[in-house]
Amino acid sequence: MQIERLSTHYPVRGAFLSRRDKAVKAVDDVSLTLYEGETVGLVGESGCGKSTLGRTIIRLEQSSGGRIRFEGRDITHDPPKKLIPARMRMQMIFQDPYASLNPRMRIVDTLSEPLLVHRLVERHEIRREVDRLLALVGLPSSAGNRYPHEFSGGQRQRIGIARALSFRPKLLVCDEPVSALDVSIQAQILNLLQDLQEELTLTYLFIAHGIGAVKQISKRVAVMYLGKIVELAGTEELFRRPRHPYTQLLLNAYPPPDPAYRRKQSRVILHGDIPSPANPPAGCRFHTRCPYAQQRCRVETPHLSEKEHAVACHYPLA
Amino acid sequence: MGPYLVRRLLIAVPVFWGITVLSFLIMNMAPGNPVDMFINPNVPPEMRELRKELLGLNDPVYVQYFKWLAGVLRGELGYSFSSYAPVTELIGARIGPTLLLASSSLAVGLIIAIPIGILSAVKHNTRLDYLMTGLSFLGTSIPPFFLGLGLIYILGVELKWLPTGGMKTLGGDGGFADIAIHLIMPVLVLGMTIAGKKVRYVRASMLDVLGQDYLRTARSKGLSEWAVTNRHALRNALIPIIAVIGAEIPLLLGGSIIIEQVFQWPGIGQLTMEAILSRDYPTLMGLNLVAASVVLLTNLLIDILYAAVDPRIEFN
Amino acid sequence: MGELLKVDQLQIKFRSEQGETVSVEDVSFTIRHGETMAIVGESGCGKSVTSLAIMGLLGAGGTIAKGSVRFQDTNLASLPERQLRKLKGSQMSMIFQEPMTSLNPVMTIGRQIEEAVRLHLKSPRKTARRLAIDMLRKVGIPRPESIAKAYPHVLSGGMRQRVMIAIALICQPKLLIADEPTTALDVTIQAQIIELMKSLQEETGTAILLVTHDLGVVAAMADQVAVMYAGQIVEAADVYTLFRSPRHPYTQGLLNSIPRLDGGKGQRAPAIPGQVPSLREMPAGCRFHPRCPYAKDRCRERQPRLSFAGEEHQVRCWLAESEELESASASDDQRRKSVAL
Repeated sequence: MQIERLSTHYPVRGAFLSRRDKAVKAVDDVSLTLYEGETVGLVGESGCGKSTLGRTIIRLEQSSGGRIRFEGRDITHDPPKKLIPARMRMQMIFQDPYASLNPRMRIVDTLSEPLLVHRLVERHEIRREVDRLLALVGLPSSAGNRYPHEFSGGQRQRIGIARALSFRPKLLVCDEPVSALDVSIQAQILNLLQDLQEELTLTYLFIAHGIGAVKQISKRVAVMYLGKIVELAGTEELFRRPRHPYTQLLLNAYPPPDPAYRRKQSRVILHGDIPSPANPPAGCRFHTRCPYAQQRCRVETPHLSEKEHAVACHYPLA
Repeated sequence: MGPYLVRRLLIAVPVFWGITVLSFLIMNMAPGNPVDMFINPNVPPEMRELRKELLGLNDPVYVQYFKWLAGVLRGELGYSFSSYAPVTELIGARIGPTLLLASSSLAVGLIIAIPIGILSAVKHNTRLDYLMTGLSFLGTSIPPFFLGLGLIYILGVELKWLPTGGMKTLGGDGGFADIAIHLIMPVLVLGMTIAGKKVRYVRASMLDVLGQDYLRTARSKGLSEWAVTNRHALRNALIPIIAVIGAEIPLLLGGSIIIEQVFQWPGIGQLTMEAILSRDYPTLMGLNLVAASVVLLTNLLIDILYAAVDPRIEFN
Repeated sequence: MGELLKVDQLQIKFRSEQGETVSVEDVSFTIRHGETMAIVGESGCGKSVTSLAIMGLLGAGGTIAKGSVRFQDTNLASLPERQLRKLKGSQMSMIFQEPMTSLNPVMTIGRQIEEAVRLHLKSPRKTARRLAIDMLRKVGIPRPESIAKAYPHVLSGGMRQRVMIAIALICQPKLLIADEPTTALDVTIQAQIIELMKSLQEETGTAILLVTHDLGVVAAMADQVAVMYAGQIVEAADVYTLFRSPRHPYTQGLLNSIPRLDGGKGQRAPAIPGQVPSLREMPAGCRFHPRCPYAKDRCRERQPRLSFAGEEHQVRCWLAESEELESASASDDQRRKSVAL
């Protein structure tokens, strides 16, 4: 998957008879390549556009500019019919699987519906395929006969994963898949995703605001702020040596689960609120909250450097 | 707010125009015409044709419409086909009583519905709640004309406490007290019907608000339940009710047609009935125009009210 | 320091159409003046219910069935409603998880803050407004005079949580109950709120009961920690002891399952297997035994009591009681010590 200079703008309609239509630049000029079998983590705070980016690359959201290439083919403007084969190979896992499961359908029906509609499996083999999917995500075959409300949050997320896998996808966009789960269950789901990746050679775009989960699962991590990727690097490198001030302060903001740290020098805190994406600051979008901002940052928009450790900052940290 | 008002009024123009076209068309599609309706069947056909020609009824519908529209733009609504009186005068004489009846009924309906709905919600799933909800169901399911006739029989005929109909006593002074006495029964009937429907809205809206987090915040400050309900919950619960009231206005105008008949209330309800029966096109169109402007104006008023009570809504 | 709040053998029941459920059982803890006590646990463990019960905010169907809640020598559990209201908002107050919905949308921010002052201190309107504006300034709201006249919708989530803190602290309460105060906020805003609460506590000496699922927040703020599982406290200790040498297998599992920022990529997190039991199907014996890697026959049959494993360190576990866990936890301990960030 390759995306080049991708943008997604939502029009904000002005009032009737007024000519002030604006656009929220949810994703603005983002380029990113996902290699087969790898996991790229995407982190950022609410409103940074990370979910929109995830939805746009699998064409759940129409892009307003740029290109999306999937398995070597440009799918940016494919009409819905032509898109179907590609879309089956790109699936999504949501934060709240309960909302995406029909409460009146048994799990076996939910899972077999797409298989039947797209004729992926012969009718008499359906039950075997559903059992295979359930086994894949660590659920017993008996789970198929039950309804969504009979499961706990973690189990529902397993069902959500099973459904995504029924299309035999290559790419999974995981949108906050563990954020709604309890800590002890989060680890189970993360481990499951890692096992499945190995077994089925899946590629993940792992979107989360919880940085621990991203760290555990990702090979590379991209940090987003107000619609732009501000830093992209290998996971270890990024966590050891963040170069964008935002990344550094973001990592700093997570309280480490160790009381010894609070006695140390008070942590550097990021002040102020996140500006509205409908009206982002000029120049570097982070300059309003950046402790190191200079005159140039207010005027000139920095671009993501084309290095292995890419950073969009005029004055990156050493 | 100024530009907002101008914009809203500008939007109202095409809506208004659409209403007149539609009602003119529908009216003309109805079988029969004014001449056949009120002229003595012994009048020879030639005479009828002459009348039709004179009234312009032989023109194509669109010509008739544009003639009428031209009149409206000059500020004339034409003359009634049946009484030959100017339509503006006919409506002018009747609109006052109707507005009086409708607004007092709405006020009474809300005065009954809001406290009951709130009480019902605060004490939800108790016997009191069941009783209130039951009563409101009764209020909506009894047809107003039936309730009206029942009241006339009991309060007017049997007990002779209240006049059975009309707006003024014959030969009376027609002052405030006189009108008020005549107003009681029709207002009670319409008010009950409105209250019946509104109690359930108020109750549902209040129940919704009672489950909100900010009421827990209010309780955590140590406020009494009375203060929590009245200071915090009530205003929030009434906001959606405003919209419901807006939707009620056209129904209220329609409902008063029947009630005005039952109580011989000299409002536009009676006038409308007569105009429909005699296919009195100019009067009907005039009434349509009035009804449409009342509805559009109250909608505008409701929106302004909405923004006034809910700080989250701004004119834009 | 003296005791401020002493919760003793608290049992909370909820009555619903499906019958009665016991959602909290045998919960005891003490908060001293000026200290921060954290109750930590996963969803449904009873931590929020416990905090609501202290404030008398359980709502319809919820009751304190057994035990006592002593606040400065007054038993809140048996206090008449009117008496309890006098304490709420003045002596003890509460902030909640959802700042977006916890403020009345049609009342100005100033009035919402003043309300408690006018009720409890009987201050005239002008004094109350001045206090409210001072308080807004203290919690870091810019332009407090104009914000006091504004409505909540103009503020972001973080700012609204600051307003909630202002409401809670305006009467200088002795106890602040904070139920997941940072959970709904973005991480950079979380950090701001934690710092704010810490600095206000230093200034006012208010004790805090912090209810959270986030061990990072606990580590950053708490002095004492109680870990709850399935309606019971399973371990309680001071924060250093709890993070350094947890004795209950659940606490150990919880600490281990936090993804580490220092570990290598692709490293698997040690997960606790299984699911949290539902209130209706509580396992016999120790409530954690179906998920416990060390469970023995005794754990399946008899419920362990909360007993001392050290000075001020209580554990509800048969194995910890008999020191059998020492060796098992030692290796985990080693691992944890190597943890940085």
